Amino acid sequence: MIAFENAAYSYGGGELLSEVTLKLAPGSFHFLTGPSGSGKSTFLKLCYAELAPTSGRAMIFDRDVKTLTRDQIALTRRRIGVVHQDCQFLDHLPVAANVALPLVVAGKAADASDVKDLMSWVGLDHVADALPPSMSGGERQRAALARAIIMGPDVILADEPTGNVDWEMSMRLLQLLTELNKMGKTVLIATHDMNLIRQAKSLVSARVLRISKRRIQLAGADL
Amino acid sequence: MARLKLTDPTSYASDRVVPPSGSSAWLTSFTSGAMTFLAVFALALSLASGRLAERWASALDKTATIRISAPDDQMTLQTRAVLDLLSKTPGIATSRAMTVDETKRLLEPWLGPDLPIEALPLPQLIEITETAAGYDAEGLRQRLAAEAPGAVLDDHTRWRRPMVDAADRLRLLGVLSMALIGAAMAGMITLAANAALAANAQVIKVLRLVGARDRYIAGAFVRRFTIRAFTGSLVGAVLGTLGVLALPSVNEAGGFLTGLGFSGFAWALPFVLPFIAALVARLATRLAAFQTLRGLT
Repeated sequence: MIAFENAAYSYGGGELLSEVTLKLAPGSFHFLTGPSGSGKSTFLKLCYAELAPTSGRAMIFDRDVKTLTRDQIALTRRRIGVVHQDCQFLDHLPVAANVALPLVVAGKAADASDVKDLMSWVGLDHVADALPPSMSGGERQRAALARAIIMGPDVILADEPTGNVDWEMSMRLLQLLTELNKMGKTVLIATHDMNLIRQAKSLVSARVLRISKRRIQLAGADL
Repeated sequence: MARLKLTDPTSYASDRVVPPSGSSAWLTSFTSGAMTFLAVFALALSLASGRLAERWASALDKTATIRISAPDDQMTLQTRAVLDLLSKTPGIATSRAMTVDETKRLLEPWLGPDLPIEALPLPQLIEITETAAGYDAEGLRQRLAAEAPGAVLDDHTRWRRPMVDAADRLRLLGVLSMALIGAAMAGMITLAANAALAANAQVIKVLRLVGARDRYIAGAFVRRFTIRAFTGSLVGAVLGTLGVLALPSVNEAGGFLTGLGFSGFAWALPFVLPFIAALVARLATRLAAFQTLRGLT
């Protein structure tokens, strides 16, 4: 799915990530941990080709990111669902339209009922017509998750998805992500919340990657 | 909680992904409207100059005048000789000696109606019109010099050419004005498009995140700006045409300025301008959008 071979990323003269060599296998579930500013978001951006490694190789769906054209990057992102902590929406469009946005930009026809079913699955059917600025943090996170998976992506990347929500909502999101993993999706969650990782133990077989001193290491045995 | 009625979340046009408000919206419409308003007058000027050039050219073309200055006792003789010569000259269709009254009317604008010009030694004027094939002016001059030494041929060239040149330059000025107006409009719309792209950085980021290609994102802005430019330009074309309609009607006394307008089919031309404005907006926005998007990841 996604693989790195001795990849590094530098910005402004400083190296943010070094010697990254790992593979995210199809259907795997990974957590990425590390202190704030350690490079978690940078690594996720490398995973969906918003950034390209300054040295080494990043392969997404068996293609070297550096060889992808802008159009090919766009097409690649249709196979990767991304959820950010500060989930961004088109604030002038209702949340259901935001959720359906990946289908619209891909020019795909979709049944409105499919969108409603997905909204219902993430528990947002009651706010389908609401504008994003009027929604709570938890609702926004679930809407971002719905938008990330509406195209049926192979990979789901979540950057601190529980950063702005309470514990109950965090568990709800974790449950949704593990359900997606059980459907065969590859999931990578960047978080510094160790309690979330511990709770995941009861739900899914996950591996933990830790960023330390600009390097990514496998943190240990499966949870 | 703010709500919008949503029947089908996938059924909105792609240009709706760009928020509808913003200063770039009215700036584009206003610029297009104002520029088109000016372009209508530039177009009217250009067309009027063209008509004027043709009128001046055709009024003076194919005619000439022979002026005979001779002592009284030779005037009749030389006039007859000249008329006889002209009747045998190939390329001359008609020739006739102007009467004293006609000569007097020609001088009235300069000397006034009350001056006793009968007392003045006026030259005899002979008006000639040429055939389509024309005549050999130099050959005629030489024969006039031989048979009527006091006769001078004036083929109007030295009057007609500067006037036609002036009218042609006015026409060129009108065309140049329209080109400058188009360029200024393209520049303003490019600035407005750049401002809109900068103001909608988050929109672009979200679209890129969900897999939108550059052409889709650019298309959303292009459609929005094209529609705005067309609408603004249409209003400008209507107002400009009304302005031209409000000008005084053509009459002889008014001269050139009252002839500033359109005639016949040309009244439709101002309404071609909105389509040109839309095309200019489309190209300018597309260029600005792709330049901006190339700088983003």
